[in-house]
Amino acid sequence: MRQFDYKRATDTDGAIQAHAGQAAAYLAGGTTLIDLVKLDVMQPERMVDVNRLALSNIEDADDGRLRIGATVRNTALAYDDRVKRDYTVLSEALLQGASRQLRNRATTAGNVMQRVRCSYFRDGISPCNKREPGTGCSAIEGVNREVFAVLGTSEHCIAVHPSDMCVAMAAIGATVEVQGPNGTREIAFGDFHKMPGNTPHIEHELAEDELITHVTLDAPIEDAGSTYVKLRDRSSYQFALASCAAIVALDGDVIREVRLALGGVGTKPWRCSQAEEQLVGAAANEENFAQAARLAMQDATPYKHNAYKIPLARKAITQALKDATARAGNGGSI
Amino acid sequence: MSQTTIGSAVARVDGFDKLTGRARYAADFHPEGMAHAYGVYSTISRGRIVSIDTSIADGMPGVIEIFHHDNFPTLHRSPASFPEENMVDELRTPFEDDVVHYAGQFVALVVADTFEHARDAAYRVKASYDADSAAANLAQGLEGGVTEANRTERGDADSAFDSAEVKVDATYTTPVETHNPMEMHATTARWANGKLIVHESTQGVIFARNTLAKNFDLDPSQIEVHADYIGSGFGGKLWLWPHSLATCAVARELGRPVQFMLPRQNMFTTSGHRPETSQHIQLGAKTDGTLTSIIHDSINSTSSINTFVEACGGSTSSLYASDALRVSHATAQVARGTPTPMRAPGAGVGLFALESAMDELAIALDMDPLELRRQNFTATDPSDGKPWSSNHMLECYDRAAERFGWADRNPQVGSMRDGDWLIGQGVAACNWDAMRNPCDARVTLRPDGSATVHCATQDIGTGTYTIIAQTAADTLGIDIGRIHVAIGDSTFPHGQISGGSWATASILPAIVGACKAAADKLVEYAANDGAPMAGADTDDLLFEAGVVKNGRGDQATPADILEPQKLAHAIGDFHSDGSPEDGYAYGSFGVNFVEIGWNPNTAQLKVRRVVSSIDAGAIMNDATARSQVEGAIVMGLGAAMFEATEYDERTGRPVNNNYAEYLVPVNADMPELDVILLNHPDYHLNELGARGIGEIGLTGVQAAVANAVYHATGKRIRDLPITLDKIMDETA
Repeated sequence: MRQFDYKRATDTDGAIQAHAGQAAAYLAGGTTLIDLVKLDVMQPERMVDVNRLALSNIEDADDGRLRIGATVRNTALAYDDRVKRDYTVLSEALLQGASRQLRNRATTAGNVMQRVRCSYFRDGISPCNKREPGTGCSAIEGVNREVFAVLGTSEHCIAVHPSDMCVAMAAIGATVEVQGPNGTREIAFGDFHKMPGNTPHIEHELAEDELITHVTLDAPIEDAGSTYVKLRDRSSYQFALASCAAIVALDGDVIREVRLALGGVGTKPWRCSQAEEQLVGAAANEENFAQAARLAMQDATPYKHNAYKIPLARKAITQALKDATARAGNGGSI
Repeated sequence: MSQTTIGSAVARVDGFDKLTGRARYAADFHPEGMAHAYGVYSTISRGRIVSIDTSIADGMPGVIEIFHHDNFPTLHRSPASFPEENMVDELRTPFEDDVVHYAGQFVALVVADTFEHARDAAYRVKASYDADSAAANLAQGLEGGVTEANRTERGDADSAFDSAEVKVDATYTTPVETHNPMEMHATTARWANGKLIVHESTQGVIFARNTLAKNFDLDPSQIEVHADYIGSGFGGKLWLWPHSLATCAVARELGRPVQFMLPRQNMFTTSGHRPETSQHIQLGAKTDGTLTSIIHDSINSTSSINTFVEACGGSTSSLYASDALRVSHATAQVARGTPTPMRAPGAGVGLFALESAMDELAIALDMDPLELRRQNFTATDPSDGKPWSSNHMLECYDRAAERFGWADRNPQVGSMRDGDWLIGQGVAACNWDAMRNPCDARVTLRPDGSATVHCATQDIGTGTYTIIAQTAADTLGIDIGRIHVAIGDSTFPHGQISGGSWATASILPAIVGACKAAADKLVEYAANDGAPMAGADTDDLLFEAGVVKNGRGDQATPADILEPQKLAHAIGDFHSDGSPEDGYAYGSFGVNFVEIGWNPNTAQLKVRRVVSSIDAGAIMNDATARSQVEGAIVMGLGAAMFEATEYDERTGRPVNNNYAEYLVPVNADMPELDVILLNHPDYHLNELGARGIGEIGLTGVQAAVANAVYHATGKRIRDLPITLDKIMDETA
């Protein structure tokens, strides 16, 4: 671990000021940052501690939305009554992420900013375009069974975005509020994370001098049922091999509205817009779910050890749609 | 001997210290002036070091010295002799030359004033290499040649197999598994007046002391190795690894104490592992199920530093009756560190192959797999013709089958369901050696009525402290609260390693003997002039319930006896021998029944139930023994479904070298474990009837899972671990 400065900020302006002009990192839960600093993969010269900022509240926003402070811990968010009631998918995704100890520390904004689990990124020595642009991707021809994507990959990077929380947020729809030296702005959640393309070291829309202050969830869909299906080797404390966040609202036996997002298979939290479009107005039955699953995965690119993720993700989608439909109000049964 | 606490579930006597943080582990010792060492590890898997550039690191804050092959003090190799108790698996000493044998080998050691400074500087040491190509896995290693280590033969196994009425011929493969005890390897070393004092996380303080004596050309009496508490080892801490030697060496060189902790990621490279295996099994049988030929030919990966043989067929030659048999072991070199024993070495992976093949044979015979095992039970050890000292395998089968409900199993594949879940039920035998090794102990009785037991063994978390206390309490007839157990110190009377499932059977007879010797000494003192029973014939005196009694109803406490004579204590020493040469074969036996569920909709594999029945002699403590078996089953389930160290084929580097990506079972994976301990004493082995129980529970678990998976899905998985992608029908 290199020597670094430590500044504890007490308000957002102070945090942004302390962060400015040097290789700095915001320290929230530290569950990614401290880990990678110990491994010498991240080398900030300054850590700006944002844990004392007044950003730890969950508050009702206009239009029925829910505004989550950047430093709200995963555990607090998962057990919030409004989240459990209106955003079941988010509560379930959070509770299937990491371990209880990590969830007690990890924050909302920190989870949005979670780094990849690619072993070649984390080892500090392998060629890695994310860590050292232009050196190549070791994962494409390497061991790539678990935390590697089949959607949104490029010849420069195939690492999965590992967050479960973000998959649920991608399905719900959300806005990321950020603050910079010149004020605040909003970034649509779906636009926040970037696919690797030719620049895998650029992971998100956040500018160097900006700080995430809130994530505001879209208003819940009326009478919808939702769930998060996470498939993995062991039952806890493992990143998704494939996961699906599904929100379904019915009109009788017909799907009125649906949201689908995938984890474990995409280089970013992966919203399945095409499959959603096909499902809207269709009967809520297994055949249509399976067809949506096929559509969602039709452009997937398998790598050496992760071809199984394509059928596995289809299973996650089908199961999630079934379970969300069963929970939806105002509908028939399938 | 009175039996008051032995066998019962006495709470761990070290539990309070562990739960309150008073228990101190190797890295909890911080001698004054202690420096910290951190390693620099090879990034290539084979070749030579061209240069080590320390120019940046030398100037980093807190750096004291950076050692590498050009400036490292010369050490001597240990002969690696098990009989002489100086065993190592990595024969070369650290930094002895510029040759790199595996990725993750030490190439430099940074010593600094703090751990963080040492690590920081280590990241700035730049090594350059001249790399050679090397085998990165067993498949590649086989191309470089196979060396046979040994073979055992009975009859003509090949022709018996060729002429068999029913046959199974299959190859089973298992991956590298890495020991992941909670406590990482750690060494705290200091030198004082020519003596070396080491706090080491080790499963064998005597072996560690003797090995260091060889390395540093010292008399063993000049070395103290302490291991008060160990956060387990699973075999990875039986023998010393390079970091221990290096830490002691630089502590001497710098003239100050040095501490080293092996980071988790380097436990995947420089401190051993269970090797990769490929096991070819051929079983021949008559149509009635009688085995006519057993062939078990195995090959395991080893390093270029040492030949480690995984005794995959260790159980195979004894478990079933068959006139014809061949068991052979061979190795192939792979550019990894040397493998080392990992809990249930040999049978741990060997019974995955044999017991899977037995299931395949049962299916080929259209026979119940439990019945097949019963039919081939052998009341004598077929490897040497000796009768078993105590073998209750058939009772294990019966009791566990009844508890599990095996009679209700529908043998047809895929026939049992629970909602969306396909249910599979599988069975596999367990087996492990039973033996004892020589052990010394000393018991000291004091005027306050307390007793101290000294023995240079250690407790790796299994309950050794507790069963020693129980044994002493029962033998002396005094309360367990008055027994002080002193172990984990190489200066104590010669004790045994915590390994091989022989600690209990070896240590406790020495404790019993030393207790009796101490009691005899107190009796002798009681008859001295001026003592309470002066002039008595010691044959008429009896030590019982902590006091000396004569035939007239008088009794004298230790204080009554010792204080008037101004004696501090009464001491008893005892030496107990190794396994008896009495014409018996010794072993422990058991069976695991496993029920799994497979959800084809979600590709989820869950173990729903495990019922085990274990015949491991008399049980010394029902709680700690049960924990050993349950823990072993958990580890077996991990080996069945999760554990595999994955290496990059191009670099030879392990890629899943952390707790997040190297998967071991978590609580959420664990089913109800129902363990039946038969508790039949084996008095041929020792007077307590105790064998050992640390390893047997693991053996055969993987096969029981694989057999259950077949029963549910019709998929025969012969390559561990059994992950969802191997069971799924769809591949893309």
